[in-house]
Amino acid sequence: MATVIIPTPLRKFTNQTSRLQVEAGTVGEIIEKITQDYPELKKHLMDPQGSLRSFVNIFAGDEDIRDLQEGKTPVNPSSIISIVPAIAGGTH
Amino acid sequence: MANTLTIASPGLTEKLAGLRSQIGHTPVRNFPNIFRKENVKLYAKLEWKQLSGSVKARAAFAIFRDAIEKKQLHPGRILLDATSGNTGIAYARIGKILGIPVTLCLPENASAERKEILRSLGVELVLTSRFEGTDGAQDIARSLAEQSPGLYFYADQYKNENNWKAHFDGTAVEILKEVPGITHFVAGLGTTGSFMGTSRRLKKQDVSIRVISLQPDNPLHGLEGWKHLETAVVPEIYDSTLADENLEISTEEAYQMIREVKIKEGLLLSPSSAANLVGAIRVASRLDQGTVVTLLPDNGDKYGELIKKLFK
Repeated sequence: MATVIIPTPLRKFTNQTSRLQVEAGTVGEIIEKITQDYPELKKHLMDPQGSLRSFVNIFAGDEDIRDLQEGKTPVNPSSIISIVPAIAGGTH
Repeated sequence: MANTLTIASPGLTEKLAGLRSQIGHTPVRNFPNIFRKENVKLYAKLEWKQLSGSVKARAAFAIFRDAIEKKQLHPGRILLDATSGNTGIAYARIGKILGIPVTLCLPENASAERKEILRSLGVELVLTSRFEGTDGAQDIARSLAEQSPGLYFYADQYKNENNWKAHFDGTAVEILKEVPGITHFVAGLGTTGSFMGTSRRLKKQDVSIRVISLQPDNPLHGLEGWKHLETAVVPEIYDSTLADENLEISTEEAYQMIREVKIKEGLLLSPSSAANLVGAIRVASRLDQGTVVTLLPDNGDKYGELIKKLFK
């Protein structure tokens, strides 16, 4: 199962869990599963149109999924997926 | 704080005095193409028009001055703090002029642009976890200071009383002189220094002046320098009883305001400045008469990556 790292400000919505183990084939499926399990996460990650909010970055390993295949970015059981708040709208 | 080496620092007092004229005294302007309503006025202070290009020059200077006067800081010691950006740039500019080195703890997900600016100013950067924001950077700064108390003066802008006092003695006094009819003051919360200090002085002058604080509507947001207090470590200088009202601003609203102000007023604002303007306009729009003042902490010059994205 892939590991998802939850940033400190969002742990309030995951029962203070910092790492979630998720069975999924893509980053998009991971987001779908964690927002089903923890519904309050959804409005913080997604805009009303269902897209990732522009100031939220999701990394697969060290790479921003916007530079990969976005939601279709494949994951495997050793993948580390991290949700990272953008500072200054900064994509690295 | 340990006082180890007290190195003679000839000229430090003179250098401080020379710096004073470059801090504050920022211009006030209105936004006639963005907000116009009969009997309601809206003004903003352009805080980037001072040393280091942001409102943080005020707090940084006050923190340096107080520490030097108390002999906690001198050229043999390093100023240490946690910052996401503007305070760090202000510390670096002032430290360079005074000959005092600066070490900053900064979340590693700060923009590459921001890190380059700080490094070019001679700052030693300690990069901290990208998952914990400035809260995590504060923990690291605190532990560095505890490990080497003789080496570092830990400025701790979130706790340092000089942060809000800089606005009590500076920003608010300027506002009262420049906009004597002020009825409402609106500003976002980060370290909370500008809101606390300015509001306290305004209320002292006229208790009927309403002060409205702003926060991001979301724990993850793009309003650099702001804190979502419900999910963040609350700064020790913050007093939750001071604000008459608190409003939430979304990052999307701020980004839209950046676009609008650029097109209609020819000014390029930072996200936090745009967010302050969104809040001030929201307050001004519901008044029948009054004068609303806000602060624009910095302009868009340091946000090239974001600006490129917004205007592509």
